[in-house]
Amino acid sequence: MGNDTSYTDQKFEQVGRRVKRPDGVDKVTGRAKYGADAYAPGQLVGLILRSPHAHARIKKIDTSKAEKLAGVKAVVTYDDLPDLTGGNRGMMDILENCMARGRALYDGHAVAAVAAVDKTIAKRALKLIKVTYEKLPHVTDVDEAMEADAPVVQDFVFTSGVEPKPTKPSNVSGISQFGHGDVDAGFAEADVIVEKSYKTEQTHQGYIEPHACLANMSSDGSGELWVTTQGHFVFRNVCSTLLGIDIAKLKVTASEIGGGFGGKTHVWMEPVALVLSRKANRPVKLVMTRDEVFKASGPTCSTSIDVKIGAKKDGTITAASANLRYQNGAFPANWGMIGAMTAYACYDLKNVKTVGYDVLVNRPKVAAYRAPSAPMAAFGVESTMDLMAGKLGMDPVEFRIKNAAKEGTRASYGPVYGPIGIGPTLEAVKKHPHMRAKLKKNQGRGMACGFWFNFGGQTCTDLNIGVDGTVSLTVGTIDVGGSRASLSLIAAEELGIDYEQVKASVADTASLGHNDMTEGSRGTFSSGMATIFAARNAVEVMKGRAAKMWDIPVEDVVWENGGAKATGKAHSNLPPLTLKEIAAKSPQTGGPIAGHNETVADNAGVSFASHICDVEVDPETGSTRVIRYTVVQDAGKAIHPDYVEGQFQGGAAQGIGWALNEEYIYGKDGTLQNPGFLDYRIPVCSDLPFIDTEILEIPNPNHPYGVRGVGETSIVPPLAAIGNAVSNAVGVRLNHIPMSPPRILKALDEQAGG
Amino acid sequence: MSSVLVSTTINGDPVEFACPPEETLLDSLRDRVGLTGVKEGCGTGDCGSCSVTLDGRLMCSCLVLSAEVEGKQVGTVEGMVQNGQLHPLQESFIDNAALQCGICTPGFLVAANALLARNANPTETEIRYALAGNLCRCTGYDKIVRAVQVASKEMRKKSKKTKKK
Amino acid sequence: MKISLSPNLQAAADGEESISIVAATIGELLSKLATQYPNMSQHLDAGIAVAIDGQIYRDDWGKKIPTDAEIYLLPRIQGG
Repeated sequence: MGNDTSYTDQKFEQVGRRVKRPDGVDKVTGRAKYGADAYAPGQLVGLILRSPHAHARIKKIDTSKAEKLAGVKAVVTYDDLPDLTGGNRGMMDILENCMARGRALYDGHAVAAVAAVDKTIAKRALKLIKVTYEKLPHVTDVDEAMEADAPVVQDFVFTSGVEPKPTKPSNVSGISQFGHGDVDAGFAEADVIVEKSYKTEQTHQGYIEPHACLANMSSDGSGELWVTTQGHFVFRNVCSTLLGIDIAKLKVTASEIGGGFGGKTHVWMEPVALVLSRKANRPVKLVMTRDEVFKASGPTCSTSIDVKIGAKKDGTITAASANLRYQNGAFPANWGMIGAMTAYACYDLKNVKTVGYDVLVNRPKVAAYRAPSAPMAAFGVESTMDLMAGKLGMDPVEFRIKNAAKEGTRASYGPVYGPIGIGPTLEAVKKHPHMRAKLKKNQGRGMACGFWFNFGGQTCTDLNIGVDGTVSLTVGTIDVGGSRASLSLIAAEELGIDYEQVKASVADTASLGHNDMTEGSRGTFSSGMATIFAARNAVEVMKGRAAKMWDIPVEDVVWENGGAKATGKAHSNLPPLTLKEIAAKSPQTGGPIAGHNETVADNAGVSFASHICDVEVDPETGSTRVIRYTVVQDAGKAIHPDYVEGQFQGGAAQGIGWALNEEYIYGKDGTLQNPGFLDYRIPVCSDLPFIDTEILEIPNPNHPYGVRGVGETSIVPPLAAIGNAVSNAVGVRLNHIPMSPPRILKALDEQAGG
Repeated sequence: MSSVLVSTTINGDPVEFACPPEETLLDSLRDRVGLTGVKEGCGTGDCGSCSVTLDGRLMCSCLVLSAEVEGKQVGTVEGMVQNGQLHPLQESFIDNAALQCGICTPGFLVAANALLARNANPTETEIRYALAGNLCRCTGYDKIVRAVQVASKEMRKKSKKTKKK
Repeated sequence: MKISLSPNLQAAADGEESISIVAATIGELLSKLATQYPNMSQHLDAGIAVAIDGQIYRDDWGKKIPTDAEIYLLPRIQGG
């Protein structure tokens, strides 16, 4: 069907309203059901035994005593998860991460699991499992892992992207280069060159809801899984492949999700719950503790980055380069590659070269975290941009405006940009009253820019119209931050009815075609597009029904203001039929009225943001407070402005935590020292000011309403914005994130001593 | 395994249940009483998702043993709806988009309600410190603080009206 | 038609910055890429995205490629 995705400058009745979300009452009353809130008759409690070592050979697992304990219904090890992946290494990595196969690769790697009638017995059973380990040398630091004599984390990994092909395994799984022009010539042309190296520590998405699921396998080989996830269709496909279940026979229902930010796009333990259930022939509920969440799910990379920028005296950048080393945990991934793609995306550069290194270490498998890889690269680049502006004696905003990418610029990652928002966000920053507010002693202001790609992906949406004229909108993308409200607004807009007449819900995998994850800021973008076309599809059906009711040719029917209208003089006596009237007669005019759309909603439109931040540094303690914060970001079109602002504010807050406090701390023995919210401190309410937002709307040319993804970009600028503010406040330039009190104090001491 | 029998009052209703002596109030509320509005985010008293009131005092239910609530008054988010009407804080959280994923919302509501019970007109700073024991990872707290400000204003207006009558 | 390659794909095309393939759709482009450059298979397995005039497509084989468009191939990536 020829659904046109092009932007049309239409006027909106519903889109842009700040309506109440449809899941609001459930969520404020405690009625909403999350991952751990499902119960099945006869359900067992599942628990996982995890490696206490950073790297160890598993010589023997003796489960016999645990199996004999009364009340224990199943014990599983990797023997119960045979390799059905058919040589697909990516799938094998997921399986091996769910359950170690002969080697524990990080502190917290699962080695066995039990299901028992209650928690007390399950805990006792875990203690009865005897694992014999032989400790192996480990490495947790990204730079150390790249050294020639570093312990090899995975012996099947050979560096890709280099010629000739290596013959020895390496912790560097890939080297990826991006850019264009001739950076050597560009640096030779420069009047000023600034070079600096940076480090960022590993952080966790920190969703408040731990991973949780309820698995229920039947003896006939079919099964059901209730799970907190950003993509239940993908979880279904992965679990089916790993356990040899037919895709159609595994029904996955997504619970309400208590935060994900990328961490719930990955399968961490669900196959274990399913295999426990299969072995016990009972439902099994498996819920991670917070300690397990930190140790065995989802952190982002720690990084080590070198940045070099050259510029003319007038502020024109002549060349820019960066080497970006990202650790991906114990399994290969391409986060360094993505860092290399995003690093200079904000700028119009004649000569640019970035090289991303993807590195294995004995840490948990790294997961996507909101605009994955971009914040660390932006920290390096945007800090160096401020250093360069300082050397040139230019205002940092003016320096960025002078070099900002625009329509027609070749992006540092390759293609040529269409209409983009980096310039407008910088102009908005320049005009913002925040930039002129007075600062006091030990206070400083910083700003920084950020970029993220945004994605579309496979999407399938159903829209069913009830006989009373109300509309069920059924989508397959998980609602992580209010998208059911936004999608209902879109359906109402297309049908010409009020928001209150639409109820959106997320379907299980048996009720709708495949939908990709809610990732890459795609939820409202892609399901929104599918909703528009499903609604237009339903409108065509309703025009046909109206034609039948009037007994006139369908060509003479148009859809206007939420109803069918007969056109032409011959029908001038026919009063319009409302959606409600058409729906009421649907049983007699051909049965239920529905609209569908299946699409690959590509082209979510790249997104840019510029942030302004004021901090106050206490020179006695090194403690830093954010005292004012402003986010300016291009949303394309804000469907529900409250939730667009919410994304801007939430991303900024996560970035502030990353910049100032959050970090994985590993001991010499390679074990994680702070797997809890007490020692891994995310920002609390009293740490933050109100976070001001300014939504810019530069339409995405490839969406009928101009929508761009908005969820991720807001986490990209804060690291550098805060670093720049700290530098302006107390004159020390921190090149190591987080800028925790000890690091700031050390820098202040060095400054005083030097 | 010997259980303890606990007799308590939850959201005004008499409740009895048996549980192992080491069981937390959080686990009993969720797994025995069916009040799953009380959430577990950490189990160590750091996140506030399991906030309840015990004789009016704000607590993390993961740090309380069920045996300790014998004879006491327990309040959870499920008790905030009165006569079928949402509490003004609940209304305000919806109206001001103070939730995204919503997992922390019950804890915030219980904590904010406890704050307004002892301080009807808190400043922004007082709100921020009173809610500092509750973690939210989605919102940056901006709209939560605003929602509490709006609700406290509404509640003061209402209580003035009732006093006049 | 000129197809530009991101640097990490160039090794699989004998180090060329761009190659020449005539294709009406993304599907045709990717299938010709696989047959004409067998070394691309590892990149195709990992996923290749196609930018047409700066707009990045990851999955849509049916997408028509205008003859005068700028075509740029880059790795397919994921988000959070």
